[in-house]
Amino acid sequence: MILADNASSPLQLFSYFNDHRRDVLSWLGYHTWLSALPVVVGLVISLPLGYLARRYRFVYPPMVTLTGLLYTIPSIALFVSVPHLIGTKTLDPLNVAVALTIYTIALLVRVVADGLSAVPDDVAQAATAMGYTRWQRLVHVELPIAAPVIAAGLRVAAVSNVSMVAVAGTIGVPELGQLFTTGFQLSTTGPYYPPIVLGILMCLALAIAFDLLIVLATRILTPWRRLEAAR
Amino acid sequence: MIRFDSVTKTYPDGTVAVNRLAFEAPSGQITVLVGPSGCGKTTSLRMINRMIEPTSGTIWLDDQDTARVPTHELRRGIGYVIQHAGLFPHRTVADNVGTVLRLTGWSRKRARGRAVDLLERVGLPASFADRYPAQLSGGQQQRVGVARALAADPPVMLMDEPFSAVDPVVREQLQDEFLRLQAELGKTIVFVTHDIDEAIKLGDQVAVLRVGGELAQLAPPAELLASPADPFVAGFVGRDRGYRGLGFAAAGSLPTRPEPTVRLGVELSHARAVADGDWVLAVDDRNAPLGWLALDGLPDEALRRTLTTDLLNLGGTLANPRSSLREALDSALSSPSGRGVVVDEVGALAGTVTVGQMLELIEGRTAGRRRPAQQSGATLGAQA
Repeated sequence: MILADNASSPLQLFSYFNDHRRDVLSWLGYHTWLSALPVVVGLVISLPLGYLARRYRFVYPPMVTLTGLLYTIPSIALFVSVPHLIGTKTLDPLNVAVALTIYTIALLVRVVADGLSAVPDDVAQAATAMGYTRWQRLVHVELPIAAPVIAAGLRVAAVSNVSMVAVAGTIGVPELGQLFTTGFQLSTTGPYYPPIVLGILMCLALAIAFDLLIVLATRILTPWRRLEAAR
Repeated sequence: MIRFDSVTKTYPDGTVAVNRLAFEAPSGQITVLVGPSGCGKTTSLRMINRMIEPTSGTIWLDDQDTARVPTHELRRGIGYVIQHAGLFPHRTVADNVGTVLRLTGWSRKRARGRAVDLLERVGLPASFADRYPAQLSGGQQQRVGVARALAADPPVMLMDEPFSAVDPVVREQLQDEFLRLQAELGKTIVFVTHDIDEAIKLGDQVAVLRVGGELAQLAPPAELLASPADPFVAGFVGRDRGYRGLGFAAAGSLPTRPEPTVRLGVELSHARAVADGDWVLAVDDRNAPLGWLALDGLPDEALRRTLTTDLLNLGGTLANPRSSLREALDSALSSPSGRGVVVDEVGALAGTVTVGQMLELIEGRTAGRRRPAQQSGATLGAQA
């Protein structure tokens, strides 16, 4: 078959993988790390911001608008400007992590605020009346009840981070995006598919893995949700 | 004992929710705050556990000024029950009930043991312990809410319309069980409702508040019905308060008359022979009343038939030795024969009583306690 013999056929991705195993696996490692870390850090930063937006009503509109606007900054612009802002080297992977943390915050502040608002009034009131301090109430009552909403936001953030990290490949940061630049560079006479398809499949697999992980963790943490749904 | 000492709540926009409220909720009794919406009853309740801080005035809990106790400590010693129960959806029933115990340092295991005991106390099976609130009906959730408030055995309970979100049948059950529980526990309870009937049923004393958060009257239910302080209270307690007031007076020994009876299976001709007038009362083997048989207009050929249950009129309530005047009067009013059926402690027929006899009894009772004219004048003015 012509397609199978052709070195640029998408089906050649397996041999391409074998030939570049070390590079590809190390890129996968970076990619995983670069998309996961910002989700964790972003969540940690979004929780207090979201809480403030929920607690003080006048903070909500500016906070949600401002953090939401962060999402409109083109990622490539952020990748090249972050080094100047925090004094790192241009190709330091930390730049990507910082940029994606900003995007994660853009997504999650609103989600956290809305998740906390979804706690029924009488439940929050009952918690206060039982003698919970404000902090205890947040940790033991409001966050657990907001968890499913926040988890839904985390899924979006994690998956979009996987694709966003790939963009950083264009400026030379080592991760799966390298496969796309390589594929593009090798497409001299016609499209050279193997690295491109390999990159797409690996990004897809990574995104699905993150998604499943979050879904699974949410299910374990919120057994009461399943029983409610089963009713 | 909870004492309001000239308590006022003014909101920043100038709204006065509660205005120099002063009253005392005695220990071991149920004090009901009742009034139309906007009368500040819920605000008053929430100022007791400082969910809302008073603008001025003092609320005393026994000898302690509540403003001087850290809020979370104050609240852990006060049970709180609200309209939709407000259970934590992410926690099992047992964990919900054990909330305050865990906050005060009980081990999980010990709190659970106590939670299961409490579930049984409020009429829920121990098997509910591991369910989540969403798996319970509204009435069951409300019982869990009561169990949760009772968990740390607080001397004081605050209840904010706890039974108004359930259907009337369940509401009545919950009210009856609540009274039975309170008879055992003797908590100091402040109970908020907008329903005057609930207030009168549950309260040892009832505080009627008017819009603007002023106390209109504080009195035991019977007194509230018998002598409302002003036109507002009179209007709020309703038009049939005279009749409802009879619900607080024990009928005592009723002037019953013997009533001829028949058993199932007798011929109707026999029933006609023994009857006193157009109606005859059927009883069972233990002499418990079954219903009335109408003899008026019965064709002659029907007289050879035997008496069966389907011929009986089941209308008519029963009065017993513990009945109030209201129940006794109702037995006569509701009886198709005009004769109210009175039974003894075990449910056997004691005799019958007529509306006329009941009215004589009520007249004799109230004649001795008539109020001065100017007070009833205010009442009549409100009704006009």
